[in-house]
Formats: sequence, C-alpha cells, structure tokens
Amino acid sequence: MDKKRYIQSYCRIEGNQVSLNGKVMYKDAAEEVKDFFKGLYKHMEISYRKFFKMDNLSKLAFLASEVLSKDIGEYHRNTAIVLSNKAASLDTDREYQASINNPDEYYPSPAVFVYTLPNIGIGEISIKHQLKSENAFFVFNEYNASFHHNYEELLIKTGKSAAVLAGWTNIDADNYEAFLYLVSEIGEIEHTEQNLNKLYNN
Amino acid sequence: MENLKQELKEKIIKDLNLEDVDVADIANDDPLFGDGLGLDSIDALELIVMLDKDYGIKITDPKEGKSIFESIDTMAAYITENTKK
Repeated sequence: MDKKRYIQSYCRIEGNQVSLNGKVMYKDAAEEVKDFFKGLYKHMEISYRKFFKMDNLSKLAFLASEVLSKDIGEYHRNTAIVLSNKAASLDTDREYQASINNPDEYYPSPAVFVYTLPNIGIGEISIKHQLKSENAFFVFNEYNASFHHNYEELLIKTGKSAAVLAGWTNIDADNYEAFLYLVSEIGEIEHTEQNLNKLYNN
Repeated sequence: MENLKQELKEKIIKDLNLEDVDVADIANDDPLFGDGLGLDSIDALELIVMLDKDYGIKITDPKEGKSIFESIDTMAAYITENTKK
C-alpha cells in the first residue's frame, strides 16, 4: 500500500521575521537585508564561515534550511532539494553587471560571478549537509503549489529521494521571501496541493 | 612594509568577506590557504583582482600565484618588489 507523504516541518522568512511551523521564532528591526540575515545567523548560533561569502539569495535559502534543520535534526542523506522563485539570480546579476559597466573600472568579481545562477544556493545547502541528491531550481511568476506537489511526490514515489526539501526563495533588493518545507513520510500535515497553498498563504 | 602588511590584512578581510576574522588573527607568516586562513580557489581569483585593481600589478602566469599568495609576508614582498619597477 502506498504510504502517505507529509509536510514534516515548514518555515517562512520575510519582513524581518522568521516563523517555524506557524510560530514566530525570530524577528528584529535591521534596516538592511544583509544585517537581518547576519542577525538570524548569529541568533541560531551557526558556525559556518562560508556563509559570509554567499550572495543574499543563497543566504536566504541556507538560513531557511538551517531553521528547518534545527526542528527536524540532520537531513536524511538522500534528501532532494527543489526550489523556485520569480527572479532567478537577478539580484546578484545586477551587482555583477555593476562591476563591469565601466570599461575604465573593469574589475569583474569572481566571488560575485559564481553566484549568478539561482541554483547555487542549493549547492550551498548540499555542501553544508553533505547531500548528494536530486535537485532542481525552477522559475515561476509565483509559488506554484501544483507543480511543486507533483514534482515532490514523484521524487519520493519513484524512490529517487527519501525526503524533499522544497519551496520558494525569492529576493529582489530589499524584498525577500522564503517558504521552505520538508516533505517526508513523517508528520501530521498531509502533503497535498491544498495544504501547500494553505501554508504558503497563511 | 609593516603598513603594507596591515593594509593587506584589512583588504583581505573586507574583500573576501571574512566577517568572523580580525586583523589580529592573521600572523604575517600564516598560510593563507589550506590549514591557515582557509581561503579557497575563488578567493585566489579575488586576490589576483585585488593586486590589479589596488596595486596595478597583473599576474600573467597563474603558476606564480602559489608562491605570491603563500602568506601576508610573501604578498607584501611581491607588491613591494613589483611596484618599484
């Protein structure tokens, strides 16, 4: 008999606030995105030097994955990662473009360039948790619960993955939003399109 | 030379986003890569850009990088030598 899949844990990061499973766990009044991310990093007592080298999109995905990890423990080594957003890596693309706009001051930064792809954040999470699993990054106009649900179900049903870390991680200048959740065979909230929409819109 | 070494430490911390490192944490002869400061290959590229942008020194042979970026001492010596020319 086919086992059910559940949304084991979920979190949101937006508007200087972090919630885990519907409860606010952190907020501050930082005026800049990078300061809010740094404050959250310190609040969670993470020690991972590479964090400070990441672009803001990767930091957002990384922090959301750490919030979930604090709740569920270490990720299963065969946890797939499926993320999506609206603007890919546009936020960092702009920063890189600014470094090469002026022919007289043409110093492209290798450290910025490596983040001019949206899926790099997936790599950062995978490195931190030693995940060598399925992964994908999609671009939609808005969070697409139907697509996510189908893709996540397929990964587990076909045995490709034991669990799926998934959701929406979008950033555009000062506006950022993460809705990240873990789909597994453990939990109370059934993994359905309706429930994903409900949690996202809460 | 000591001023240059201090300046290099400050630039490395700032340009390479080493937010959890203080100038005092970096000894002049500490290895910058591997077991020392733990820089990686992308950091090496950033250091090459830094030499070009801030000191007008272009490294044309990538093999040179290994000895130039061994430590703050070797970087300072290379910059001093090559800005005299």
